[in-house]
Amino acid sequence: MSEHNTPLIQVKHLKKYFPAGRKEVVKAIDDISFDIYERETVGLVGESGCGKTTTGRINLVLYDKTDGQVLYRGQDVHQMSRAERYRFKKNAQIVFQDPYSSLDPRMTVADIIGEGIDVHHLAANKRERLEKIYSYLRAVGLNESHASRFVHEFSGGQRQRIGIARALAVEPEFIMLDEPISALDVSIQAQVVNLLIRLQREKGLTYLFVAHDLAMVKHISDRIVVMYLGTVVETAASDALYGKPMHPYTQSLIAAVPIPDPEKERRRSEETIQGEATIAGATQGCRFRTRCKYATEACAREMPSLREVEPGHFVACHNLDQVGR
Amino acid sequence: MDNLLEIKGLRVSYHTYQGEVQSVRGVDLEIGQEESVALVGESGCGKSVTGKSILRLIQAPGEILPGSQITFDGRDVLSLSKKELRAYRGGQASIIFQDALAALNPTMTVGRQIMENLLYHRKIGKREARAEAIRLLGEVGIPNPEKRVDQYPHEFSGGMRQRVMIAIAFACQPQLLIADEPTTALDVTIQAQIIKLLKQLQRENHTSILMITHDLGVVASIAQRIFVMYSGVIVERGSSDDIFYRPRHPYTRALLQAVPRMDQEGKQELNSIEGTPPDLIAPPEGCPFASRCKYAMPVCARLAPEVTDFGGGHRCACWLYHEMAPRVAELNDPDAAPAGEEVGQ
Repeated sequence: MSEHNTPLIQVKHLKKYFPAGRKEVVKAIDDISFDIYERETVGLVGESGCGKTTTGRINLVLYDKTDGQVLYRGQDVHQMSRAERYRFKKNAQIVFQDPYSSLDPRMTVADIIGEGIDVHHLAANKRERLEKIYSYLRAVGLNESHASRFVHEFSGGQRQRIGIARALAVEPEFIMLDEPISALDVSIQAQVVNLLIRLQREKGLTYLFVAHDLAMVKHISDRIVVMYLGTVVETAASDALYGKPMHPYTQSLIAAVPIPDPEKERRRSEETIQGEATIAGATQGCRFRTRCKYATEACAREMPSLREVEPGHFVACHNLDQVGR
Repeated sequence: MDNLLEIKGLRVSYHTYQGEVQSVRGVDLEIGQEESVALVGESGCGKSVTGKSILRLIQAPGEILPGSQITFDGRDVLSLSKKELRAYRGGQASIIFQDALAALNPTMTVGRQIMENLLYHRKIGKREARAEAIRLLGEVGIPNPEKRVDQYPHEFSGGMRQRVMIAIAFACQPQLLIADEPTTALDVTIQAQIIKLLKQLQRENHTSILMITHDLGVVASIAQRIFVMYSGVIVERGSSDDIFYRPRHPYTRALLQAVPRMDQEGKQELNSIEGTPPDLIAPPEGCPFASRCKYAMPVCARLAPEVTDFGGGHRCACWLYHEMAPRVAELNDPDAAPAGEEVGQ
């Protein structure tokens, strides 16, 4: 995708600290920056607790920020007037991970999808409203007979389709997909991902795809942002990142993904990354250094900043020359 | 060589208000000594129920139906007395679950939970058991075992909790470990650590493993033989290479093609399996996959498929391999296996 010039969303030096006890703070997000261009899919990956969902939610003003900026078409989303925010919330939507808890069990599917249409006055009358609801149901592979049913009558995959239809109903430009498939079975995952890719093509949508399944992220994303404990360690085009990961964390993350091919698994080295991601004791310097085999003194002193190592490929590491490719 | 575990015609049903849910509908499975076997399938296919049946952990309203056979080391598991059953569970066969936090007792230190197993099954004193618990914690890779032994499950991370579960399971050097989705809730780097640990403990303790999972990637690294389960029946079984490189059943094939792979480039559509599995209150008379199968023939909906043997223990329950069925080139040609195949649009 080459036609992008101005980013749709710019995340600039974003920080989010949560208070933990009287004096302590947890730096859930510590100075991250990245851009999302129109009509592209950015994959945001990292392990649990790395701040990927928090980042996505701050972008949609579901959380407040501590410092930094999130710009939507150049406008700070946290400084919007009520009217501006109302418009923003029509343009930016979210699909949640858990298709069970994110849909109201007491509403019919028609009302779940129709709520956004009502709030944003997108239908002139009841007939148009219903027609819209039907068309979104069809767009996500359900049908009209599903409209009057309640959520408990649907399977996980079908519920996720309802969640997608709800997001589509306000005709958004941008959708944050917060682990939309991790609660689903393999065969159903493929259905939902294909649906998302098709909808993006048809409607020119921009996606932020938050996930921990690296194979699926690679499959759907144009560019990928890798996070580790609240910091961005590497960002690059999808194929470049998987073909030539540069940050030691990205390398070990990719190396840890099992490949569904016994031959390749047998040839693979048994080396695994040691330790676990923990926020304690990583207040200064590179947060990955406690698990990194290339760590030096410099890593403990100073947090490495993102540098453009190759065109479009940014890495935050002090010891790139030592890191084996 | 005698098999360690043999399951024949296992049927398990759950009696609910809506009717009898036939979770497992005639499963045959066997595990050799020191062998790693994987049972693969999607949620609700009956794979966990099969695993639990081996330890007789099915509780009401569930029931292992008469006629089912489970033989462990020559003994009939389904007719063990209460006392024999207690010696068998945790002693000769152990199980670890997906959700270690739910499986561990939150009011007991992990040390006491490991000791509980040791004191019950082995003739040792408390002090010895405690020392053994510390040794086990160290062996499963928990740093500072002397200190951690007195901590509670909530003080451990998800990966560490799973290690504690493994320590409990291996405390009495079981002959069989049933691992029910042991890494599904974990991050990939932790998943790799746990798989490595399981393999290492298996080598040291000469344990057989039944790995129950939906993740074909995990299976490829650990299993020697694979059973593919769908709607309560085994649809295909064979060596790991058979299943990955020469899959015969349309479901196995579709499942392999639905998984995105890191070693493939580009953003294409995945081959998805349309539709959903059948309702097991009224399971279809014929092949349970027929309604989603792109090769389905009229006979598939009416009659349960016969099993075709491809040699070397590779068997598949599908009508397409009947002598009267039309030949489907892509299913019969081993070279067109999905492992090396370009996933098209």
